[in-house]
Amino acid sequence: MFPKWFTEWNSKNPTNIYGPAIVVGAAGSAVFAAALLVSFGQPFATDSMQTGPRGTGMHVAKYVTDINTPDPTIEDYYTDEPYIPEEGEELAGDIYENVQVLGDLTDANFNRLMNAMTQWVAPDEGCAYCHSGADEGIYADDDLYTKVVARNMIQMTQSINENWVGHVQANQEVGVNCYTCHRGEAVPSEVWFRIDPVNENAQGWSANQNRATTLSQFTSLPSDALYQYLIEYETIGVHDLESRVAGSIAEGEVASIQQTERTYSFMNYFSNSLGVNCVFCHNSRAFYDPGQVTPQWATASLGISMAQEINADWILPIKDVLPDHRLGPLYADAPKAACKTCHKGYQKPMGGLNVIADWPELATTGTPVYE
Amino acid sequence: MTMWPEYQNIFTQVQVQAEPEMGMDDSGEMSAERTKSATFSTLVGILGNAQLGPIYLGFYGIISLATGLLWFNIVGFNMLSQVGWSIPEFIRQLFWLALEPPSPEYGLRMPPLNDGGWYIISSFFLLVSVSCWWLRTYSLAEQHKMGKHVAWAFAAAIWLFLVLGLFRPILMGSWSEAVPYGIFPHLDWTTAFSIRYGNLYYNPFHCLSIVFLYGSVLLFAMHGATILAVTRYGGDRELEQIYDRGTASERAALFWRWTMGFNATMEGIHRWAWWFAVLTPITGGIGILLTGTVVDNWFIWAQEHYFAPEYLEPYGYESYVEGGQ
Repeated sequence: MFPKWFTEWNSKNPTNIYGPAIVVGAAGSAVFAAALLVSFGQPFATDSMQTGPRGTGMHVAKYVTDINTPDPTIEDYYTDEPYIPEEGEELAGDIYENVQVLGDLTDANFNRLMNAMTQWVAPDEGCAYCHSGADEGIYADDDLYTKVVARNMIQMTQSINENWVGHVQANQEVGVNCYTCHRGEAVPSEVWFRIDPVNENAQGWSANQNRATTLSQFTSLPSDALYQYLIEYETIGVHDLESRVAGSIAEGEVASIQQTERTYSFMNYFSNSLGVNCVFCHNSRAFYDPGQVTPQWATASLGISMAQEINADWILPIKDVLPDHRLGPLYADAPKAACKTCHKGYQKPMGGLNVIADWPELATTGTPVYE
Repeated sequence: MTMWPEYQNIFTQVQVQAEPEMGMDDSGEMSAERTKSATFSTLVGILGNAQLGPIYLGFYGIISLATGLLWFNIVGFNMLSQVGWSIPEFIRQLFWLALEPPSPEYGLRMPPLNDGGWYIISSFFLLVSVSCWWLRTYSLAEQHKMGKHVAWAFAAAIWLFLVLGLFRPILMGSWSEAVPYGIFPHLDWTTAFSIRYGNLYYNPFHCLSIVFLYGSVLLFAMHGATILAVTRYGGDRELEQIYDRGTASERAALFWRWTMGFNATMEGIHRWAWWFAVLTPITGGIGILLTGTVVDNWFIWAQEHYFAPEYLEPYGYESYVEGGQ
């Protein structure tokens, strides 16, 4: 069955025939294993969550072990119940110098929050991560950038909890605090920097796509989706809402295939950030149709607006405060937030753990309400 | 040869390895554009005819290969350029890389080389290459005094190719609508095309194309299986069976008639297969051509034509989990 030169070569080069036997055995075992898989199914149990009407195929399937394994960072979550202030108690703003945002807290609650922030953000570095004179008992100086950023981030947290209830308390009281993003790290995981253009010697739509990058979710879709939608407020929707509309692609009057691919890239980011699929929010037969979406679609839409505001109001402005080694590799831009910075791949950050109940100080931009 | 039965092998006939068949040359000029030698390979013989060569290229074949190679190289070197001429990166990102059509704003004008210009140039060469290959299939059939069935079947595929890369972009007023040359990128294009125009599954010509595609597969399997099954009665000599029906044809016909009440004929089955095959790209091409030009949202179009079903149950997992509303 083999060509003559092959047979001749074989006779001139005698070799151990048991080597091929191993290959044949391995290949045979692989075929056997494949046959087993096909006959009995893959052995790991899955469970699926129905998200829409029967017949639409709307469900999110997951491994049971994954469902039963909560985010490991939940275990390290630190919290401490507030001290109900007594009448006439002295406030932090009066006791300490240079308290700009938490001045109306009582001494006990102020130190309670400071301690918690250390646990949440800089558990290894301790107080000195933000307060250079902590060892000498001097806390008032603003000479470390970390302290300036931390103050800004406290205000951001208060603003999120106050203004974005529809997202951060969509189903029940959950809220956010520093740990929602930081999880014990000074710089939260899953922050992102602008990286486009990703291709050399190209421009336009030839330059921003067709590379496996973290921002393209390792697809060949555009790598500039987060930047364009969350920073530049580009329109995400690409569909025409009538069966026939007039408009030129060249003039930019209707959406192009390229814009659709960018939206697709963004939606991939969504899926990976929340550990869900398309039909968690959409009926995939008509992605655009607001009459065929789940309630989660509305929560997610609010989340997009929230991420835009967080970046615009709280993160981009602190770029000049940050040292160079905290800035992006290409544009020296600030490390930006998006869905995954909080969600970390889970549908609800920390499984929907209520992280605001103990922290009324972070729940409002005004005076905290203790109950 | 002992492990292979004498009169049957996987797909094809007994291997004949002797004086190579060099082909006819009744006019005395026909072998001028044919290569001069032929070899035999037992390995190749397992899958088809054991004889390799001679090959006839001719005028159209040379042009087609040359322009096709130009297209291939323009695409490849653009990819290499995009990764900064790094060979390891080129290999690593190969399936992700692409030569993209121009950005939308250039419309039907000539864009800069690094924003789709090379795409236009390479596409021109690809068009010449494919056209010449079609002329080759036509002229070869003519030289063999054959019918032109292969050429017309190939033309059906070329119709879809022209719709995707030429007719539809012109109707849409922008070369940006053409398909990128890249492994993953052309698949992304396909998905994005369906999503952008409101779900291509509601495009009736897409439906037809799927019917013919899957139908082709089914017919191919049915026909192949039937002929292999009656090979023992001489059914593999299909042409003989067409003009002189024997027990092979009778058995095959009875098998299908008793199975499903109807059977194709020994000749007609090839017409079934040919039409199913060519109608796949023909109907598909019509569907693509109508998309974005006549219909911009196929789902809404389906609703207007009363064939998109409505679902009255609620959306959201809250309605379906235990203890939900």
